[in-house]
Amino acid sequence: MLGKTLKELSEALNKKEFSSAELTQFYLDRISKYDGEICAYNYINENVINQAKAVDEKRAKGETLPVYAGIPMALKDLIIQKDMPATCSSKILEGFVPPFQGTAAQLLEDAGFLCLGKLSMDEFAMGSSNETAYRKKTRNPWDTSRVPGGSSGGSAASVAAGLTTFALGSDTGGSIRQPASLCGITGMKPTYGRVSRFGLIAFASSLDQIGPMTSNISDNAAILSVIGKYDKKDSTSLNVAQEDYAKYLTGDVKGMKIGVPKEYFAEGIAPDVRECVNKAIKAYEGMGCEIVEISMPHTEYAVATYYIIATAEASSNLGRYDGIRFGFRADADNLKDMFYESRSQGFGDEVKRRIMLGTYVLSAGYYDAYYIKAQKVRTLIKQDFVNAFEKVDAIICPTSPTTAFKAGEKMSDPLQMYLSDINTISLNLYGGCGLSMPCGFGADGMPVGVQLLGKYFDEGRLYNLAYAFEQQAKLPVMPEKLK
Amino acid sequence: MSYEPVIGLEVHVQMSTDSKIFCTCSNKFGAEPNTNVCPVCLGMPGVLPVLNEKVVEYTVKAGLALNCQIRSKSVFARKNYFYPDLPKAYQISQYELPICEHGYIDIELEDGTQKRIGITRIHIEEDAGKLNHEAGCSLVDLNRTGTPLMEIVSEPDLRSAEEAKAYLMKLKTILEYVEVSDCNMEEGSMRCDANVSIRPDSNAPFGTRAEIKNVNSFRNVERAIKYEQKRQEKVLNEGGKIVQETRLFNADTGITASMRGKEDAHDYRYFPDPDLVPIVLEDKFIDDLKAWMPELPDAKLARFMSEYGLSGMDADFLVSAKAYGQYFEQAVKAHNNPKAVCNWIMGELMRRLNDKQCTIFEAGISPENLAEIVKLIDEGKISGNIAKQVFDETAETGKKPADIVAEKGLVQNSNEDELEAIVKQVLDANPAETERFKGGEVKLQGFFMGQIMKASKGKANPAVVAPLLKKLTS
Repeated sequence: MLGKTLKELSEALNKKEFSSAELTQFYLDRISKYDGEICAYNYINENVINQAKAVDEKRAKGETLPVYAGIPMALKDLIIQKDMPATCSSKILEGFVPPFQGTAAQLLEDAGFLCLGKLSMDEFAMGSSNETAYRKKTRNPWDTSRVPGGSSGGSAASVAAGLTTFALGSDTGGSIRQPASLCGITGMKPTYGRVSRFGLIAFASSLDQIGPMTSNISDNAAILSVIGKYDKKDSTSLNVAQEDYAKYLTGDVKGMKIGVPKEYFAEGIAPDVRECVNKAIKAYEGMGCEIVEISMPHTEYAVATYYIIATAEASSNLGRYDGIRFGFRADADNLKDMFYESRSQGFGDEVKRRIMLGTYVLSAGYYDAYYIKAQKVRTLIKQDFVNAFEKVDAIICPTSPTTAFKAGEKMSDPLQMYLSDINTISLNLYGGCGLSMPCGFGADGMPVGVQLLGKYFDEGRLYNLAYAFEQQAKLPVMPEKLK
Repeated sequence: MSYEPVIGLEVHVQMSTDSKIFCTCSNKFGAEPNTNVCPVCLGMPGVLPVLNEKVVEYTVKAGLALNCQIRSKSVFARKNYFYPDLPKAYQISQYELPICEHGYIDIELEDGTQKRIGITRIHIEEDAGKLNHEAGCSLVDLNRTGTPLMEIVSEPDLRSAEEAKAYLMKLKTILEYVEVSDCNMEEGSMRCDANVSIRPDSNAPFGTRAEIKNVNSFRNVERAIKYEQKRQEKVLNEGGKIVQETRLFNADTGITASMRGKEDAHDYRYFPDPDLVPIVLEDKFIDDLKAWMPELPDAKLARFMSEYGLSGMDADFLVSAKAYGQYFEQAVKAHNNPKAVCNWIMGELMRRLNDKQCTIFEAGISPENLAEIVKLIDEGKISGNIAKQVFDETAETGKKPADIVAEKGLVQNSNEDELEAIVKQVLDANPAETERFKGGEVKLQGFFMGQIMKASKGKANPAVVAPLLKKLTS
């Protein structure tokens, strides 16, 4: 069952090679065997096996079923699945069970998928190592002394360790691509507006986007085909036709122009990472792509710009966690103390740091100097991409400057941690699509990811480019010891 | 030393849309606490707002009626603050780019002259919930959360409490005309904050202002401003300084008290709401609403005076509520005596509205029936007194006035022979009074007319009786 694509699993279920209950039990068994060490799951759906049996009964009766009926998957713990806890790996949301269904979860349900459970993450998606999670600090399946990346660390690790068929993550400044890179899997941050944010607990509303995290390109394309749908419940969802991305996977990339931005190969990029990515670039050249050196001059301002805009939005988005209506509430004698204490005790250090930063940049007297200035720089960064895509079809670069680092290594230095996202952040400010896929292994034996960046709604082209490389590179996608 | 007050009003108006501003919950007032709520208006994690198009339509209607410029692009902003009745800890509002700007209202002053009051802006925002304070605890009711509001901000053009009240009344009338709100101050669908400052004379720069909150009736707006004006005068006359602050009006005591000073003022950290896209209005949208606009009070007043020959006071009354004008015109169409119809509306009909606490079209008497009563009087068929009786009976039973008159034999008696007999009979029955009347005690005229009416069961035509009485006593 391990190593099959979603399409193969669907066929096997239809041919009754195994049942949905068997497939689901297979994953539940793997979770109980390996998750103690990996710590990917915040919550396991105890009812999933019954749901699988119900699908099997329907299948036995010959009922018409959706294409992925009875295939289990898992969701990052900020994606709302009705009646399952949604904690964002934060103490402040402990006990919160949403009474409504999110759009992405609904679309997966409509396609037949079953939800195994909710996956750990950095608290409120703020972090790059999964170490800011309140409870489950997920570890990297390739080496459990190392971090899986973040914030979708639980999603990346669960896919890499075979604890789910695939997972959904979310990406605000690289939170899908960076952990995908560090765990050796494929992660897509779709174009802003491609996937509905209704049911995505907000970090930074103008940057957040849900995306698939998978062990291969075709699964990734398949899932985005399911969830990439216009939704009236999200005013920023774009009314663009749903696509079947499988049709792009021809492997023919001859004549495509791929841009190599020199700013993304700056000093901080580790030599082994640089080497792996350069090999991937060579591979594309070998497949008939034209490699073009380009410049994106405002890249150096991306991290600063991002940490103003994202924290400003977050400071407002996280205001609702006040202890009154849901989640954690601290005991206090009066209203003001209840607000203070609930938030002081309920949020972790990184979240507090960002709320303070965001509150500061929006304050009277600082708004123009920080928030407005950052919005102007955002426009310049966008323009860099617009200019680049006039010359090239896609951009290639390292996803993360390094391979997975050791747990604890960067927790005391937030700025070092923020630089983990130096190559992923600009894309969110622009709003286009970007994908990370494995392209080799570093000197430490840890996976290295390469990133492909595309213009608005050009996911199909990225998938085809990635697919062409995947077919040629044939890299191992799971640590040997977990097979 | 005397001072001139400078007043600007910020008026919050709840729009009477069917559903809330960013979700599909009902916008009805008065439901059980926390029943008109959903994950969106409760501000649960993971939800998003979707703008109700009707809210834009209503605000543009108001903007057009208040002579505003309508922005083709306006933007929602978040106003951030913590309070238990604000689930998201921010209110979605508009800040830098409001939907309507630069409007005005003309009000009539006591001396009959007109004054133009500028409207700075109208912006759209969502209402917060409500706290109900009970012994030992405060209960949160979030039914009101997400009720669409428009905030109408005036220029500091008002110079007295009376002007402020006139502005508010005019505003209410206009908003009712364009059917965007019921503007019920008691139920809170229209709320007013007043910015008040004073200065030595009309050429002096504006003084430091205080913002008066929680003023919830027209009368209280007047009271609060008058009080505040006096308070500030006293402070200055005693050599003190006015501080910029927010003050709360207490309707029971009639005074304002400091709520928070400038240094405690909130920093709302406004920024554009990333969950909502800008409102972009096409010309056609605005043009269609312009075409829809009903006749507004000022135009109607002028027309009522010229077309029906009504006095300014009568016309003013009829345009004070849209339904009054409609009722009036329907009645006049059925019987063309505008002045009499107007008098009946202002008199008997208003009395009935007050008694029954109902609207003009719910009073049980249709404009056509009222017109018929006036017509029966005009044709000399019934007297004014009988008409009141017919009015009540029509209102209670819904029967046609003419039928009631026929059924009950209420037709006025103008037959001279019959009436002469009645007059004689009354004079004979009251010999002493007759003697005094003949002796020149004119005030007994009323006594005799009353006796004659009584004897004729109210049907005697006074126009015929009066000369008869004169003839028989001279």
